[in-house]
Amino acid sequence: MKNIMKANIKAIKKNLLSTLTVTALLTCTALLSGCDEQKPANKSVYLLLDTSGTYTKELDKAQTIMNYLLATLDSGDSIAIARIDSGSFNEKDIIAKTTFDSRPSTTNNQKRVFKQQVDTFVTNLEKGSFKTDITGGLIQAADFVNETEAGEKYVLIFSDLEEELQKGHVRDFPIDVQGISVVALNVTKLRSDNIDPREFKNRLNHWQERVEDGGGNWRVLNDLERLDRMFVQN
Amino acid sequence: MNELTSLINLWSNNTAVSSLVWLVLLITLLYLGRAQAHQLIFSSFRMLHTSLRLWARSINQLTNRLKQRNKEVLLAAGQVELQTKIEREFNRISTIVQRDLSQYPAIHREIKTAIETVENDYQNCAESAPLPPAWGDVVATITALPSNGDPTVNKILENIKQSINDAQQQSMNAYQKSGSERHKILAKMQPDWRKLDDKMDLVKGKVDSLEERGQIIDQQMEEYLSIRSGEDKAANILATSSLTQFFIAGLVLAIAALGGLINFQLIAMPMSEMVGGTSYIGSVKTSDIAAMVIILIEIAMGLFLLESLRITHLFPLIGSMDDKMRRRMMVISFSILFILAGIEASLAYMRDLLALDNEALQQALMSANGSEAAGSSAEFRWIPSVGQMIMGFILPFALAFIAIPLESFIHSLRTVLGLLATAILRALHLVLRSSASLVTQASKVIISLYDLIIMVPLSIENTIKKSAEKNTSKSIIKEEAKSGELL
Repeated sequence: MKNIMKANIKAIKKNLLSTLTVTALLTCTALLSGCDEQKPANKSVYLLLDTSGTYTKELDKAQTIMNYLLATLDSGDSIAIARIDSGSFNEKDIIAKTTFDSRPSTTNNQKRVFKQQVDTFVTNLEKGSFKTDITGGLIQAADFVNETEAGEKYVLIFSDLEEELQKGHVRDFPIDVQGISVVALNVTKLRSDNIDPREFKNRLNHWQERVEDGGGNWRVLNDLERLDRMFVQN
Repeated sequence: MNELTSLINLWSNNTAVSSLVWLVLLITLLYLGRAQAHQLIFSSFRMLHTSLRLWARSINQLTNRLKQRNKEVLLAAGQVELQTKIEREFNRISTIVQRDLSQYPAIHREIKTAIETVENDYQNCAESAPLPPAWGDVVATITALPSNGDPTVNKILENIKQSINDAQQQSMNAYQKSGSERHKILAKMQPDWRKLDDKMDLVKGKVDSLEERGQIIDQQMEEYLSIRSGEDKAANILATSSLTQFFIAGLVLAIAALGGLINFQLIAMPMSEMVGGTSYIGSVKTSDIAAMVIILIEIAMGLFLLESLRITHLFPLIGSMDDKMRRRMMVISFSILFILAGIEASLAYMRDLLALDNEALQQALMSANGSEAAGSSAEFRWIPSVGQMIMGFILPFALAFIAIPLESFIHSLRTVLGLLATAILRALHLVLRSSASLVTQASKVIISLYDLIIMVPLSIENTIKKSAEKNTSKSIIKEEAKSGELL
């Protein structure tokens, strides 16, 4: 009887040891495969395109930026493109917007449709707007990226940053861009900037001040060869 | 700081003089307390030394116990392994006996029949040729009689001679015929001999095979007895074998882990198409976890399959199941493995499709006109697709065999850990013993240093002692001389 008990205990021990070892090995493999990964935050990007005056000539560069964005963004990210015209605080100014599906194949199709919409807009754009309401566009962009509740929020302004408002439009108030990275892209120099370069500097400083006062993070990226620097962790 | 300076300059305003006074006082104090200080140093270090030796002894005992335990475990494992081997050899012998020697009566009958045939043929060969008639000699004698010239008698004698010759010729013919028949019988015996020879060879082969098995069993029995008697040699051989097993199994497991990684890469991306690519569990993508779970289930099914095939013995519960239940388990685990392999193959194909789609989109985004370029090598696109599908199907089955090295690894791990623990304990024992010895030496050094500090009073003491001894010896000599004179 004692021997049988001993044998049983031995068998249980052996079984337990085997089971524990197998479980430990499998768990270790599972943990090792995923322990060094950081959960990436999803992104929300809003691209504002200046369609005023002579800046429409720069729209082919905007298409390059859009292609870069489409190639970079992934499932779960959001993107929207809107134009800056005389009164930009308007849903009609949004050219295309989408939040990419969790399935990669559907995401690819969404990207194709998005690209098609923007290409059509650029092709059909005949003349630019008379005025440039950057503030209105920025407020609408902030609303969009905040609604997506993304981990990283970006508003990209493709403009010379020279704001010209219609008579009666009120834009001289603080803007709320809390937690949003505002990136000015391809800020071209105006003819007047050549006469007095301080104007260009003042323009940039003015926008930086407005964005930082609103709780945002301001950056300027004029060299489009370095688009990979666009998304930087704050 | 000022307090210290004032303390130093307690005896004099001259620091050197005051310090000298302090030094003299200190040396005097140390000299006076020499015996106590020596005792204190000696006792303290002795206590430390004893503690270290005690620890060392305990560690040594633990090492010996662990070593003994390791040996017992190793011998027990070796015993079980050898028992299995011997059992297998007996099973083989049983199979040989059942398969081959069960036919022995038939072979025996065939041999007997062949021998009988040969014997009959031999007897047939032994029959003598027909002899010439018995009266032949009489007639020959008559024929040899000289003829007396009588033609009638001569004719009779000639006839008799002729008859005898004819009879002899007939006898010769009959003898030759009989000889020819015997040769034929002998010729017929040849296949019987060969058959007999073949049968004997067959029997010899079977008996030899049994003999070989018997020798193997003898050898294994010797090893078994050596293990049973707990010889160190047997334990050493088993330990070496266990270490070899550990490294080989570890190497194979590492290769299998790499295979698992490749498998994971193959199915992780398309998995996001099934469970979504945006959800996370902790910091890991759900799709990655799903892919990992599939691989782990495949490995688990492989374990169960090999376990139910009784190739591995990791789960005694499965091994002890009745055959019907075991077969069911075998079928179920194989079916799940097969289905998972199919799923992996389809996922691998989907991965290829997704990669193709991504590539086309990237090209469209990069190209100036935005058109999606058709694959330049579209005609060969099926090769990587098929390759990935085959890999997706084969890898789960390959991973299933991980159970074999895993079992060896687990079994040898016990021995390796035991040896490692023994080595660590031995090293600790050595360190403790060395420390104990060092402490003893250190106490001697400190006592010597103490004496070095108070060397001046010690020297004075020694001089006084020597002169006192000298005086004492002189007085003793004088007293002895006086007593000698008196006597």
